Amino acid sequence: MTPLPIRPGVNMARHRRMQRLREEFIAWVLRACAFSAVAGLLLIMIFVFREALPIFTSAETQREATFGGFFTVPNWQPVSDHPKYGIIPILIGTFKIVAVAMVFSVPVAVLAALFASEFASPRLREILKPTIEMLAGIPSVVLGFFALMVMASWIQSVTGSPVRLNALNAGLALSLGVLPTVFTVCEDALRAVPKSYREASLALGASRWQTAWRVTLPAASAGVAAGVLLGLARATGETMIVLMASGNAALGTASVFDSARTLSATIAAELAEVVVGSPHYSVLFFLGALLFLITFVINVAAGLLVDRLRRRLAGA
Amino acid sequence: MVTDVPTIRTRLADAPATDPAATPPQASPPHLVARDFHLFYGSNEALKGVSLEIPARTVTAIIGPSGCGKSTLLRSFNRMNDLIPNVRVTGELRISELNVLARDTDVVDLRRRVGMVFQRPNPFPKSIFENVVFGLRLLGVKDRGELEVRAEDSLRRAALWDEVKDRLDHSAMALSGGQQQRLCIARSMAIEPEVLLMDEPASALDPTATARVEELILELKSRYTIVVVTHNMQQAARVSDRTAFMMQGELVEFGDTRQLFTSPHKKLTEDYITGRFG
Amino acid sequence: MSAVILGQKVAPLPAVRPSDAPGRAFTLLSGFAALLIVLMTALIIGDVVVHGWQTVTWEFLSGVPRQGMTEGGIWPAIYGSLLLVVLMTFALVPFGVGAAIYLNEYANPDAPFTRAVRFSVHNLAGVPSIVFGLFGLGFFVQFVGMQMDRALGLDVTWGQPALIWASLTLALLNLPVVIVTTEESLRAVPREMREASLALGATRWQTIRHVLLPQAMPGILTGAILSVSRGAGEVAPILFTGAAYFLPYLPTSPTDQFMELGYHVFVLATQSPDVDATKPLLYGTVLVLLLMTLLLNLTAMLLRARLRANLAGRS
Ligand SMILES: Nc1ncnc2c1ncn2[C@@H]1O[C@H](COP(=O)(O)OP(=O)(O)OP(=O)(O)O)[C@@H](O)[C@H]1O
Ligand SMILES: [Mg+2]
Repeated sequence: MTPLPIRPGVNMARHRRMQRLREEFIAWVLRACAFSAVAGLLLIMIFVFREALPIFTSAETQREATFGGFFTVPNWQPVSDHPKYGIIPILIGTFKIVAVAMVFSVPVAVLAALFASEFASPRLREILKPTIEMLAGIPSVVLGFFALMVMASWIQSVTGSPVRLNALNAGLALSLGVLPTVFTVCEDALRAVPKSYREASLALGASRWQTAWRVTLPAASAGVAAGVLLGLARATGETMIVLMASGNAALGTASVFDSARTLSATIAAELAEVVVGSPHYSVLFFLGALLFLITFVINVAAGLLVDRLRRRLAGA
Repeated sequence: MVTDVPTIRTRLADAPATDPAATPPQASPPHLVARDFHLFYGSNEALKGVSLEIPARTVTAIIGPSGCGKSTLLRSFNRMNDLIPNVRVTGELRISELNVLARDTDVVDLRRRVGMVFQRPNPFPKSIFENVVFGLRLLGVKDRGELEVRAEDSLRRAALWDEVKDRLDHSAMALSGGQQQRLCIARSMAIEPEVLLMDEPASALDPTATARVEELILELKSRYTIVVVTHNMQQAARVSDRTAFMMQGELVEFGDTRQLFTSPHKKLTEDYITGRFG
Repeated sequence: MSAVILGQKVAPLPAVRPSDAPGRAFTLLSGFAALLIVLMTALIIGDVVVHGWQTVTWEFLSGVPRQGMTEGGIWPAIYGSLLLVVLMTFALVPFGVGAAIYLNEYANPDAPFTRAVRFSVHNLAGVPSIVFGLFGLGFFVQFVGMQMDRALGLDVTWGQPALIWASLTLALLNLPVVIVTTEESLRAVPREMREASLALGATRWQTIRHVLLPQAMPGILTGAILSVSRGAGEVAPILFTGAAYFLPYLPTSPTDQFMELGYHVFVLATQSPDVDATKPLLYGTVLVLLLMTLLLNLTAMLLRARLRANLAGRS
């Protein structure tokens, strides 16, 4: 006995076969979409490194710029009769600005995240969280603009620094760009801590702060560290804010009241002017590769920490 | 409103504490008192006028069907319900002379006097030692020697010392469920509370671990006033001196455990304990 | 007075806990930190609105820059930004949604391929935007574009900075945003719905197409809108891939260069010969950019709030 066809006149076997083929085709297409993320990351690596390669392989490029020279030449003067590509001042500038940004943003973001997850009433939280999403939504070029036009003058009048655009200004502006990242990751981590830990602590006679500080924060520590790392990567790679707010002088001094220039700003400011394939072009791609590597390592570390947090809270 | 709760009127609030073993439980002065206590979650009335008096150094079991308000009542005595938004209470709760619900009552001090053990073991993701001394550190005890002595004492009283004495610095999360629960009991006892509230302390444990926790409750009775919520009537019969039966937010019957289980005053109670329910 | 525990004399525990003054101070401090963030955000937005609103007139929105960009409007920049994000969205959403569907509905979570995809998504999200700019130049312009010109036998047409390359660069930059938000909304669809559909004899794709995607739509929209808002604000990736300092005409082909709002802000703020003369225009442009991105963000936020509310209502 064969079952009656549901739709008379349709060859069900053929229909099924076609359907199976279609299903397989779709699965294949979706898999290809997922692969696009892998391909994207690989292509970024390949093509950024490829354009930097002449520094290691081309004798002509090496006449102007060598890998060793990056760290032994004291100055960065790419546009002159005898171009100098010393990246130490740029690394110092990057470090200075990022350090200022982290020193300001991490305590504020972590404290605010504690406030949002541990102390704030639901009403307050409903104000705070969208505000931070707004801050995250402000384009970095607008933050750079604000630092350039407004913040620089305030900071100068408070510190009496001779230059308006300096590492302090850029770092503070950058901290505004980093705050939402650190806050969001920290707050997520804190809220992922089971309520039972808080209840246990409070039932033992701990105050709310003691509970937050001794129980919730340590339990979420991996997530908080991940937030700080992601913020660090973001600060190191951020371009428009520092390009507009730092003054962009590759001085290599230690003072935050001097102008400074970062890896990212150097690329942004100079690449548009260079001849494709010239030594300067390769050097700028080398800086890009360096930036990629630094942020990549930080991001991988942050990813590992997040995994650890997840496992730990899962009760391993 | 419950009218026939078999309570004994307090004589003197400061009557000298008598040897609990020599005196029947009813003779002690009341330690925990609830009078016409109502609790609302938003508009839902979870406790509808509960009144009871629990003498010091006794074990009281609270039984009743799921959702009848056992946990809610228990959590009211150390004001854990403060953590839940939109909770409203009326009536009176007292622990000895302390007015629990008063606005100026310091909840942190209150909770230091009232220990709580939760249904699911909830050790902190810290070492065993740090778990036990958590409350002591909050009280400002810094001396390492004192912390160690007190930790050992608590762990011994929780019948856990022999199992963990060689790995005090290991993570508490690696202990078994039963060990974790006893650790949580040790943690509560370390700060020498007067009252221990236990919310189904054995429901997540296997029979062996349950037996140990029950033994522990009986031992601890000489030092603490214990209130234990349980779903298990045999357990209530084994560990408690007095039993309270609740239903739908009301205290139906409260009295001597043996009597409540053998000849309850109320039909409802009888139906519940004989399993003739619903 | 002392207590004896395990044969050792110890001080009795204090009856009252020591005051937690530092704790109270820190609690207060954390409130201040939150307040500081709110104030700074309000300050930035307030400053731009106060100084910019008078500039934003119809003439400003519809006019072209004049007098060395010290007068006139910003229509070319608005038009360029819109084209840019529209093209980006077309390139981005199918890939992002497809990848998310694969990850959530097909992939074995422990397979090496799945882990490679997740690893890539996580790290792609962390690549600095300026590196995307380098990549766009090195890959799309110098490699793909040049090869196309060679293959088609053209003069330099594709092998130069252009609207299409800038859009594709931004699409890659925003790929993680779309994948993550889409995945979140797919995860939110209860398993019973999938099972119900499969039990009725629907195939996997039919289930996705008719049950999952309609449910996940708000989440997918959220991701798309978020990435559009981010795309409208990112300047670094388009610096070398197609944005023009000034163009006398509107772009008409994917190989044209274009003006863009964010880049226009940068140009006005840093390259102007007369800062005071351009200041009103600058504030006006920033206000338009800010309104565009914040309104998009707000929309995404509301959508997501609704999505989460639906979720909470269900469980
Ligand atoms: N956080 C809360 N918000 C709103 N209602 C609640 C909350 N907690 C409990 N309730 C309600 O209050 C009533 C009593 O709950 P409670 O947890 O005290 O019951 P229980 O007797 O402990 O039940 P079980 O034996 O299942 O633990 C229930 O109807 C419950 O739905
Ligand atoms: Mg309960």
